[in-house]
Amino acid sequence: MFLTRYFSEIAEAVGSLLKGMRMTGYYFTHHKEIITQQYPDNRATLVLPERFRGEVVMTHTDNNEHRCTGCTACELACPNGTIKVVTKFEVNAEGKKKKAVDKFVYHLELCTMCNLCIEACPTDAIRMAQTFEHSVYDRSQLTRILNKPDSKLQEGVE
Amino acid sequence: MQHMWNFAQLTDLIHGWLYETFPPAWALAFEMIIVGIAVIGLFAGLGLVLVLMERKVSAFMQIRLGPNRVGPKGLMQSLADTLKLLVKEGMTPDGVDRFLFNLAPFIAMIAAMLLMAPIAFAKDFQIWDLNIGVLYVTAISSLNVIAILMAGWSSNNKYSLLGAMRSGAQIVSYELSAGLSILTVVVLTGSLQISDIVTAQSNGWWIFKGHIPVLIAFVIYMIAVTAETNRAPFDMAEAESELTGGFHTEYSGMKFALFFLAEYINVFIVCAIGATLFLGGWMPLHIGEWTAFNGIMDWIPSSVWFFGKTFFLIFLMMWFRWTFPRLRIDQLLNLEWRYLLPIGMVNILLVTVIAILKWHF
Repeated sequence: MFLTRYFSEIAEAVGSLLKGMRMTGYYFTHHKEIITQQYPDNRATLVLPERFRGEVVMTHTDNNEHRCTGCTACELACPNGTIKVVTKFEVNAEGKKKKAVDKFVYHLELCTMCNLCIEACPTDAIRMAQTFEHSVYDRSQLTRILNKPDSKLQEGVE
Repeated sequence: MQHMWNFAQLTDLIHGWLYETFPPAWALAFEMIIVGIAVIGLFAGLGLVLVLMERKVSAFMQIRLGPNRVGPKGLMQSLADTLKLLVKEGMTPDGVDRFLFNLAPFIAMIAAMLLMAPIAFAKDFQIWDLNIGVLYVTAISSLNVIAILMAGWSSNNKYSLLGAMRSGAQIVSYELSAGLSILTVVVLTGSLQISDIVTAQSNGWWIFKGHIPVLIAFVIYMIAVTAETNRAPFDMAEAESELTGGFHTEYSGMKFALFFLAEYINVFIVCAIGATLFLGGWMPLHIGEWTAFNGIMDWIPSSVWFFGKTFFLIFLMMWFRWTFPRLRIDQLLNLEWRYLLPIGMVNILLVTVIAILKWHF
């Protein structure tokens, strides 16, 4: 029947609209859980989501050791040339020449935080940090060298 | 009935003093000036309050905080915004029809201002109690579409024109439903005069006295006026997601602010009319012959009743806006022509039967 369908449609529409209004009405009357972050004020207590990507950093242990072997997998994975790994050859205890990282150059000004370099890294040397206040007055300050001076490759990382 | 604050005494006092001191023509001119200043003041005040209210209500409904920096709890935010808009350049782009472009915001404001005349703000406190008040309101409220079409056409911009044309189709369609639902109350009262309609509700508001048909008329009225004032979910004229701003795309500074203000004033007016017709205007909540109860209700001043009801309806419209998704233009016209108008027509027949057989309380 046309008329029954007509009225049942109206009833359904009114029902769903009222359902929506009940939801927003609940939010309006229960003004407790606020999603607004009053950022500069709550800077000390700011909690960012676990997967928030601020910048790429290299993990260093207390003994100033990192896990980067200089394999340049991250450089190849990067879609816009953010990473440039400068390698050198080190002579180890056995007198063998071995490739190692000299400078891990990271251009934060080009980075889109796509996370591809972190996924490409075979030794988990780099990770995404949660720092996000990156404003500087000069672009050149955004080009960083991620391996700390005099840092060494951690034992057992190939 | 006793009232603690009776505006009628104040107006009578001023009226008497003016006519004693000045010749009648001058006294009338002074009264007009006083009314004009009062209306402009009310406009400015309402604009500030309603914009802030809208922002706060939307924030609360979306679990946000809303404006909270300017002044205590952000109460000065709309004042700061107004100041910003006042000092901005009132730009007129090249290629627009300069006369119409600059005229349109004022037409929008004047249409809104004219609608203030028959509204009863409190007991015996009304600018102009003309005997065709309801007809006047429905007639003048259609003027708004002229301002929108004027703005859209003179802007020489495809978005503006599209927005204006949509708005035209929308207002012309929804005016029918709004008119029919207003007519239900007119049929029940038997008068077009606002003061008569309010007095007829002294033993109960029409929404309670008129059974379900008046309730349906009230719902249709609220939907239709939401569409007529171009507010979401019916904001086809602005449509910021597809038309960048609709009819006011090319406007900036105070000219934009006038459109913005006119929108909020129109919201206030349609809610005031809705409150007057269905919820009794300034009439306190009276239930039949319960004299004791009615006496207690009379202690609340009539202006508080009027503004309370009006702001309740405004809140309802804001609730609609921040809950419902937008309609497409064809869905919009479908809703009007397939649902609201037929239901409204059947409804007014029912109400006429009720009025003739005196089934209402």
